[in-house]
Amino acid sequence: MKKVLVLLITTLMVVSLFAGCKQAAQPVTLVFAKGGDAVELDPADVTDGESVTVMNNIFEGLVRYKPGTTEVEPWLATKWDVSPDGLVWTFYLRQGVKFHDGTPFNADAVVFSFERQRDPNHPFHKYGKWEYWQWCFSEIKKTEKVDDYTVKITLDHPFAPFLSTMAMFTAYIVSPTNCEKWGDQWFAHPVGTGPFKFVEWVKGDHITLEKNPDYWGEKAKIDKLIFKVIPDASQRLLSLQKGEVQGIEFPNPDDLAKIEQDANLQILSEPGLNVGYLAMNMGTDTPGFEKPFGDVRVRQAINYAINKKAIVDQLYKGTAVVAKNPIPPTLWGYNDAIQDYEYNPEKAKELLKEAGYPNGFKTKLWAMPVSRPYMFDPQKIATAIQADLKAVGIDAEIVTYDWGTYLQKTENGEHPMALLGWTADYADPDDFLYVLLDSDSATVGSAGNIAFYRNPEVHNLNIQAQRETDQAKRAELYKKVQEIVHNDAPWVPLAHAKQILVFNKNVKGFVLYPTGDYHFETVTITK
Amino acid sequence: MRNYIIKRLLNILIMLFAVSIIIFLLVRFIPGDPARTMAGEHASKEILEEMRKKWGLDKPVWEQYIIWLKYAIRGDFGRSIMTHENVLTEIMQRFPNTLELSIFAMLFASSFGILAGVISAIKRYTVFDYTVMFIALFGVSMPIFWLAIMLVLLFSIKLNLLPTGGRLSVFYSIKPITHLYLIDSLITLNFGAFFDALKHLILPSIALGTIPMAFIARITRSSMLNVISQDYIRTARAKGLPEKTVIVKHALRNALIPILTSAGTEFAMLMGGAVLTETIFYWPGLGTYIVQAVNARDYPAIQGAVIFVAFVVAIVNLIVDVLYAYIDPRIHY
Repeated sequence: MKKVLVLLITTLMVVSLFAGCKQAAQPVTLVFAKGGDAVELDPADVTDGESVTVMNNIFEGLVRYKPGTTEVEPWLATKWDVSPDGLVWTFYLRQGVKFHDGTPFNADAVVFSFERQRDPNHPFHKYGKWEYWQWCFSEIKKTEKVDDYTVKITLDHPFAPFLSTMAMFTAYIVSPTNCEKWGDQWFAHPVGTGPFKFVEWVKGDHITLEKNPDYWGEKAKIDKLIFKVIPDASQRLLSLQKGEVQGIEFPNPDDLAKIEQDANLQILSEPGLNVGYLAMNMGTDTPGFEKPFGDVRVRQAINYAINKKAIVDQLYKGTAVVAKNPIPPTLWGYNDAIQDYEYNPEKAKELLKEAGYPNGFKTKLWAMPVSRPYMFDPQKIATAIQADLKAVGIDAEIVTYDWGTYLQKTENGEHPMALLGWTADYADPDDFLYVLLDSDSATVGSAGNIAFYRNPEVHNLNIQAQRETDQAKRAELYKKVQEIVHNDAPWVPLAHAKQILVFNKNVKGFVLYPTGDYHFETVTITK
Repeated sequence: MRNYIIKRLLNILIMLFAVSIIIFLLVRFIPGDPARTMAGEHASKEILEEMRKKWGLDKPVWEQYIIWLKYAIRGDFGRSIMTHENVLTEIMQRFPNTLELSIFAMLFASSFGILAGVISAIKRYTVFDYTVMFIALFGVSMPIFWLAIMLVLLFSIKLNLLPTGGRLSVFYSIKPITHLYLIDSLITLNFGAFFDALKHLILPSIALGTIPMAFIARITRSSMLNVISQDYIRTARAKGLPEKTVIVKHALRNALIPILTSAGTEFAMLMGGAVLTETIFYWPGLGTYIVQAVNARDYPAIQGAVIFVAFVVAIVNLIVDVLYAYIDPRIHY
C-alpha cells in the first residue's frame, strides 16, 4: 500500500513538471509585474502609486492628460467654460457612456463622486479619508447638477491649476449605484467607465482586469490585464526573462546594462514629474538659519561647486537626468533657455571670496535616511556633495534623522542645508513653483518651501498664474519664475528621476505618461 | 493530562497578554508615526493631526492600549491603517499561504533530514558521514536569500522546469474553500491548478526547508548514535534480527522522540512567516504582511499579526508536547 502511494505521488510530481506544457488557447493576456500590491481601489481614497496604477485602467475623469504629455484634454466632459471671474467652471458631459455595472454616467454620478469627498454630511463621506481632496481640491466650494449632462463646480478663489487637478485619479468618476451596493467594502469592488473592468483581487498576489467590451471609446486591444505583485526587483526581471510576465516596473539600476543587451526586451524611460534638490535655508526667522546662506553669492558658489553630472551618472546610475530648473523638462512651462551653473570649483571659490568667505565656512548638510522616488541613496549623494563642498573650502557635516522627524524638522527650518525632493500630484508647474518656492509655502513649522525663499516677485507671478486660465500665458509666467529662481539660487536642483519600464519586445503601443500613470488600452501583443 | 493542558493554555494566555504589551509599546517606539509615513512630503499640520485623531494616536499610550485590549479580547484587532480592512480578516487571508508553504518545507526538511541523519549515524566516521555533516553545517549557515536565487537561476531560468515564484500561474484560478491551494484544487477537481500549485511550491519549500533539514539531520544523527549504543539494540542484534529491522524498528523509533520535538519547534518557527523566502518567491504570506505593516507603521496590523504568530507558535508547541507524552510512554504530565 505504502509503495503504491509513494509511486503515485512520484508520478504526480513528475507529471506536474510537464503539466504547463499543454494549455488551451488563452485570451490575449498581459501580465505586468509591480513592486507592491494596491492598497485599495477607491480612486478618491488612495495616496499610493500602486493603487493608482491599477485604477487608471478602470476609471476615467472629466478631463485627462493627453497620452504622453501633461496637457489636459476633454474626456468624460466634452467641453467646459469658465466664468470671467474664474470661480465657476461648467462641464458639459459626454452622453451615452455607461459604468461597468450598467449605471448611466451623468451629472448625478459626477456630483456623487465629488460631494462624497467634500461634504462631511454626505452619507458616503464616512467611508474614506479623502486626503487628496484636502491637499489638492480645497478650493472647491461645491459641485452642482445643472441638468443631466451639465455640472457646475464653484471655487472659493480663482485657481487655474484646478483643470490639471481634474485630470488626477482623485477626480475619477465612480458609479454611485455600486457604492451603495457595497458600502464600506466598495474599495475592493471598483466600478468605473474605463476600458478595463475589474474581475478579481487576490490580496498580495494579483489583480485581474478584463477588456470592457461596451467601452464608449476605442476598445482595449488585449483581453485580460493582470497586475502581479513581485516585490523583489531581480525576481521581477527573471520572471520577465522567463516570459511569465510581459512587463515590469522599477528594474534594479545595476541590471539596466544587462537588459539593454537582451534582444527580447525593451526599455521605456523618461523623466517623471519629480525633482530632487538641495535646499539652502534663507529664512532668517528659522532656527537653522546660518548667515552665509543669506548671501546670493554663497548660494551660487555652492551651485558651481557641486558636480551634478557625476552624481547622476554614478549614484543615480543613469536613472535620472541632471536638473537645472525646479520643474522637470516633461512638464509644460519648462524654461529650457536657462543656462545651468556649470561645475566650476574655481568660480565657486571666487564667489565665496567676494562674499567674504575666502577660507570657506563650517556648516551642516542634512540628508534623508531613506531612498525616495526622486533620490536613490541620499546618504551617498550627501557624501558626494560633502566632498565637492570640501574642495572649495566649505566644511559640511552630514546630519540625518529618521524619516518622520526629518520631514518635521525641515518644515521647522532647523537645517542650514537639506536634501529633499518632490513628486507632483498633478501636472502643473504650480505644483512645483508655488508649493516648493512661494512665500505662501514658507511658514515655519509647516513649510513646503524649506529654503524659506521669499521673493515677492515670484509670489506675484505665481498668484497671477493661478488666476490666468490661458495656458500659453501661464507658461510664460512660470518661465519668468524659473528665471528669477535660477538667479536667486535658493536650491541646487539636482536631478529628475526617470520612470523606467521594461517590456518584452512583442509588447507594442505602451505610452509613457510624465505623470507616471500606466494606461494599457493602447497596448498590443504581437506574436 | 487534562490539568496539564489547561495549565499550559492559561500560560499561553498570560504570555499573549505580555506579548501584547511589549509589541504595543515597541511599535510606538519605532521612530516615525503612521500619519507621517502615509502622508510623506505632502502633509500639512492639520491633516497630520486629523489623521492621528482618527486613529486615536493623540491619546496617551496606556489609554490606547486599554481601548485596543477591550476589542482584542473579543477577537477584534481593529482595522489596518493602510488598507482599512479588518486586521484579522487580512491575517486569515494570508495565513493559509504561509501554512501551506510551511507544511511543504517541513515535509522536505524531515524526509531528507531524517534519512541523511540515519545513514550518517550507521556509517559513522565514514566519508558519507563527513560529507553529510559538512553539507548540514553548510545548510545551516547558508544565506537563504542566496540559495533561493541560485535555485531560481538553475531550475527556472536555465532548466526552465519550475516557475520563478508566486503561488499559481495567472491562467489558473482556484475557488477558495480552505485557502490551501492544493486541497481546494483537489476538492474542486481542478487538476491543472493542482499541478500548477504544486510546481510553485517546490522551490520555496526547498529554500525554506534547507536550514531545518540540516538541523534535523544533525539531531537525527546524534539521537541515533545515542540509541544504537543502548543495550536493547545489542539484544536485538544478538537475537539475530536483520540489521534493517534493528535500525528501522528498534533504533529509529526510539530515536525519533527528540527529533519530533525539534522538528515541531522548527515548524512553529516557519509558521511565523518566512520573510526572505516569501519576498523572493513573492509568496503572499504572513512574513511579507508583517514587513509591509512595519514599513507603513501600520500599528493595528503589526500588533494583530505579531499576537497571531505568538499564538500559533505557542499552540504548535503545546501540541508537540502533548504528542511527546503520547509517543513516549515514559513521559507523564
